[in-house]
Amino acid sequence: MMEIFTSLLTSGISLATPLLLAALGEIIIEKSGIINIALEGMMLVAAFFAMYVALISGSPILGLVAGVFSALLSAAIFALFCVGAQADQIITGAGLNIFALGLTGVLLRRIFGLTGATITAPTFTILPVPFLQKLPIIGPALFTQNALVYLALLLIPITWLLLTRTRLGLHLRAVGENPAAVDAAGLPVQRLRFAAVLIGGSYCGLAGAYLSIAQANTFIEGMTAGRGFIALAIVIFAGWRPFAAAAVALLFGVASALQFQFQAFGLKVPYQFFLMLPYILTIVVAAFFRHRIQAPAAMAKSYFREG
Amino acid sequence: MRRPTEILRQMALWFLPAMLAFVSASGFGALLVSGFGYSPLLVFSTLWEGAFGDAYRFSETLLKTVPLVFTGLAVALSFRTGIWNIGAEGQFLAGALIVTVFGVKAANLFAPIFFLLTTIDIFLSGALLGILAGWLREKHGVSEVISTIMLNMIVLQFLGYAVHGPLQEAARTYPQSDRLAEVARLSQLWPGTRLHSGVIIAVLLAIVLWLVLFRLPFGFRLRVIGQNPHAARFAGINVSRHIIAAFALSGGLAAIGGAIEVAGVTGRLYENISPGYGFTGIAVAMLGRLHPLGLLPAAFLFGALESGARALQRNLGLSSVLAEVIQGMTILFVVLFETRWFRELLNKRLNVK
Repeated sequence: MMEIFTSLLTSGISLATPLLLAALGEIIIEKSGIINIALEGMMLVAAFFAMYVALISGSPILGLVAGVFSALLSAAIFALFCVGAQADQIITGAGLNIFALGLTGVLLRRIFGLTGATITAPTFTILPVPFLQKLPIIGPALFTQNALVYLALLLIPITWLLLTRTRLGLHLRAVGENPAAVDAAGLPVQRLRFAAVLIGGSYCGLAGAYLSIAQANTFIEGMTAGRGFIALAIVIFAGWRPFAAAAVALLFGVASALQFQFQAFGLKVPYQFFLMLPYILTIVVAAFFRHRIQAPAAMAKSYFREG
Repeated sequence: MRRPTEILRQMALWFLPAMLAFVSASGFGALLVSGFGYSPLLVFSTLWEGAFGDAYRFSETLLKTVPLVFTGLAVALSFRTGIWNIGAEGQFLAGALIVTVFGVKAANLFAPIFFLLTTIDIFLSGALLGILAGWLREKHGVSEVISTIMLNMIVLQFLGYAVHGPLQEAARTYPQSDRLAEVARLSQLWPGTRLHSGVIIAVLLAIVLWLVLFRLPFGFRLRVIGQNPHAARFAGINVSRHIIAAFALSGGLAAIGGAIEVAGVTGRLYENISPGYGFTGIAVAMLGRLHPLGLLPAAFLFGALESGARALQRNLGLSSVLAEVIQGMTILFVVLFETRWFRELLNKRLNVK
C-alpha cells in the first residue's frame, strides 16, 4: 500500500513540475496586470530548442539554457506587442500560440526530416538527494527526482518572496492593481510589466525544457498538449498564490498519475473524465469561490496615461 | 448617393491594414524558407499551384475555406460584442459530435420533416456551451477567456471518450465513429471533387450575419455593447441578456460549422477532426476586420494557404505547418497594425510629409 502511495506521489510530482513552473511564471505575469494565454506557445518553443541544443551539444544544461533563452525571446515579443504597443493581450497570445506550433513543427520536420526520425536527447537524470531520500513515504517521492524538479521546488518560496517581500514584487503587484497610481508615484508602469513578462517567460522556458529534456527525452509536435492551459487554470484555482499553486499543481499531477494506476487496476472509469477534471474544477472554483480569490484588478487592461 | 470611386477608395482604406498584415506575414514566411535554403519564389509558386493549379485543387481550397468561415463568423460576432470568446474550437467539436450521434444512431432524424429540428439541435450544442460561458461571465464574473479555454479542453476530452467508447465504429479498430448514414451527408456540389453544399450555407450565413449585425436594431445594440457597454446600459439596453444572446449565436455558428465538416467532408468523427479551426477562426476574423463579408476573402486566403501547404509538403518536402506560421504572424501583424501606437506612428509620419 505504502509503495503504491509513494510511486503515485513520485510520478505525480514529476507530472506536476512543468505545470507548476508555468503556473508560477503566469502568477508573476498576471500579478502585473497582464494575461498571457501564450504559455502553451512559449513552452513549446522552449521544449524544441532545449531538445535541439541538448542534442547537438550533448549537454542537457546547455539545452536548458537554450530553452529558457528561446522562451525569453518569445516573451519579449509578447511584451513588445502587449506592453510596448499595447496590443490586445488575448489576441496576441492566441496568435503567438499558433505561431509557435507552426514554427516548431516546421523546424522539427526541416531539421529531422518529414518522417520524424526518433530523437533521443540527452536528459536530466534522476539525482537522489543523500539522507533526505531516506525519509519515509515522501523521501523517495520528493528527493529521487531530477535537478529540474528540485529547482521547481525552490522556485515556490522564491516566487513567493519575490512577490511579497521585495520592492520589485510590491511594485509589480501595485501595477496589476492600479497602474494609474503607480504611474502617479513616478514608477515606470510599462517597464515593470515588461519585466514581469520576461521573468514569467523564463519560468515557461524551464517548464518547456522540462517536457523535452527531463520527461519525454524527445520532442513531439504540439507536445505541450494543453499543459499551458492547465497552468492557466492552476493560477486561478490557486488564487494567484505560489504555495497554493504548488498544492494545486500536485493535485493535478497526482490525478493524472492516478489515471495510469486506474488503467493498471482495470477500473472502468474512462480516463478522459479524469483529464477533464482539472478544467471542470477550475470553472467551478472560478465561479463559486470568487470572493476568496481576487484577480488583479487591472488584469488584461493596457495602461495609457490619460490626457 | 456616393460615387463608385469613393466607395472603392473607402474599401481600399479599410482593407489596407489587413492586406499589409498578410503581406508582412508572408514576407516573414519567405524569410524563414530562404533561411532553410529554399527559393521563396519557388515556395510561393508551389503554394499557388497547390491552391489554384487546377479545378480539383481550387475545389479543395474552397473545401478548406468552409469551416474557417463558420469559426471566423463565430469569432467576429463575439469580438464585435466585446466578448473574448476563444471557445469556437470546442463549439465546433460539439457540433461535429452531435451530427455524428444523429447521423450514426438516428439517421431518420435527417428526413425532411425533422431536418429543421435536427439543425436546431446541432446549433444548440454550441449555443449552450456559449450560454454557459456567458452565464458564468454575467452572473459569476468568470472571464470568458478562461471559461471558454476550459470548455474547449472539456469538449476535446469528451470527444476523445466518445470515439473510444459509445461512438466507436462497430469494427472497434480505430478511435473513430462509423460513417454517417447517406441521408445525413451533405449533397455533392461539383462532380469529381469533394466540394459539398456547405460552401453555399457558409456564404448565406455570412450574409445573414452581416444583415443582423449591420441592418437590424439587435445587431446595432450588440455593436454598441462591444464599443461601450456603459453607454449601452445608459441607453437602456439589457446588456447581460444581449451578451448571452451573442454567446449563444456565436457558439451555434461554430457548431454548425463542425457539423458541416463531418456531414460534408469527413463523413465520420475522429479526435483530430479539427486542426485548430477554432483558433484559425480568430486569425480569419481579425484579418476580415470582424466583418462578416470581409472575412469571406480572409477565410478563402487561409483556405488557399492550407491546401497550398499540402503541395509544399508533397513537392518540396517542406512541412505543411508553414501555413500555421503565416497564420500566427498574420494575427500578430493585424493586432499590431490596429494598436494606438501604430496609428500614432502612422499619423506622425503622414503629418511630417
